[in-house]
Amino acid sequence: MSDDQFAIQLRKLNRYFGRKHVVRDLNLRVPKGQVTALLGLNGAGKTTTIRMLMGLLAPTRGHASVLGEDALAMSTGTRAKVGYLVEGHFLYPSMRVRDCQSFQRAGYPTWNDHLFVDIVDHFGIDRQAKVSTLSRGQRAGVALALVLAPDPELLVLDDPALGLDPVSRRALNETLVEFAGNGKRTVLLSTHLIDDVERIADRVAVMVGGRLKVDTSLDEFVGRVSMLSLPESSIDADQLASLTGLIEARRLGSGTTARWQLTLVDVDESATNQIERLSGTPPERMEATLNEAVLAYLVRERGDGSFFSKPLIAKANEEGATV
Amino acid sequence: MLPIRVSTGGKVPIYRQVIDQIRSAIVSDRLRVGDSLPSVRALAGELVVNPNTIAKAYAELVRDGVLESQQGRGYFVAKRREIYTKKERNRRLQESMEPFLAEAVSLGFGEQEIVERIQKQLQHMFSS
Repeated sequence: MSDDQFAIQLRKLNRYFGRKHVVRDLNLRVPKGQVTALLGLNGAGKTTTIRMLMGLLAPTRGHASVLGEDALAMSTGTRAKVGYLVEGHFLYPSMRVRDCQSFQRAGYPTWNDHLFVDIVDHFGIDRQAKVSTLSRGQRAGVALALVLAPDPELLVLDDPALGLDPVSRRALNETLVEFAGNGKRTVLLSTHLIDDVERIADRVAVMVGGRLKVDTSLDEFVGRVSMLSLPESSIDADQLASLTGLIEARRLGSGTTARWQLTLVDVDESATNQIERLSGTPPERMEATLNEAVLAYLVRERGDGSFFSKPLIAKANEEGATV
Repeated sequence: MLPIRVSTGGKVPIYRQVIDQIRSAIVSDRLRVGDSLPSVRALAGELVVNPNTIAKAYAELVRDGVLESQQGRGYFVAKRREIYTKKERNRRLQESMEPFLAEAVSLGFGEQEIVERIQKQLQHMFSS
């Protein structure tokens, strides 16, 4: 895949706030025409990363490019092709919805009024209403309509589902599926809702403590993570730490029924043999769900240097080629 | 059109749920040879899932000879034909039987009971 097949390319991106290292050596490429979900705990560096790729924050080191241009020096033409929804669905409270519409329309060379009205209707919003009277879900609808109406090539959404009720959340997902439906537009969204990721994303990226720990397609991610179960007494914690591919180890139950639930990446025969040699019993194997796989990465969040959390980067990416 | 429903958070990926439901609708005659299926976009919109997920499910069904795609007209239920070798069909049957039988035995069903239940289910499938 050549460079112009990526909407976003981050190379060795780093950002400090004072002495705090918030984003660490981040390499991420977002392919065009796909929906990529960025997951991570609060404080993992998602918003900082998004602000850097939007050119709103300079990286301490490294480089971000968007639609082929340096994020810090994007031309106005390119910027108009990027829709960006900031965290929190901010709108001016004293404006009416239709004022937001005409205010935003003035700033874009392309603007689809029908699309704006469709989305606002879909969220059940009266265009005469004042922003200050809208619910959180309705504000999200207006904010989304404002970024989608210019028909952007690339849509960057910072936690769009934050604080939404189930009906608004569904309306958001429906709008995103419809938007991404022609296969030409690219979406990068940060979120905490793994079920929504399973529905709408092609790819998943997981940030832990400022680092990118997972970057692959949804199918490859779920396919490469497995869970093993072992009696607790059969193996000690130091031995566990030496296991190849261990993402997380949890102790479940108590007394004689206590057991380890291990989450590992790329479990093959040699890995299960290694575990059987150490513990003396063949482990019981289960496939992980997306929820379990993501949680295994997030639960083990540590500052740095943890031997847990083996990265899972798409095989194609590791080899220098791409998916 | 048959109702397809998907759920998240489980062990079965969404594209697999779509495949299973279309296959079972065909087996139970709710979908017949020549019936059309919704477009990728329409079904994606209806289920609120990524269109690539639906495209992947349809592609697998086309590859397995369950559906056929007609340029510009969409997807249709294909005439049933054997695209697998005898050996492959046996392997697939074996693969799907193992978890089922393990579950049935661990639930305490005896051999006779299991056979009877399968017969009953088959009658039900072919009569509806």
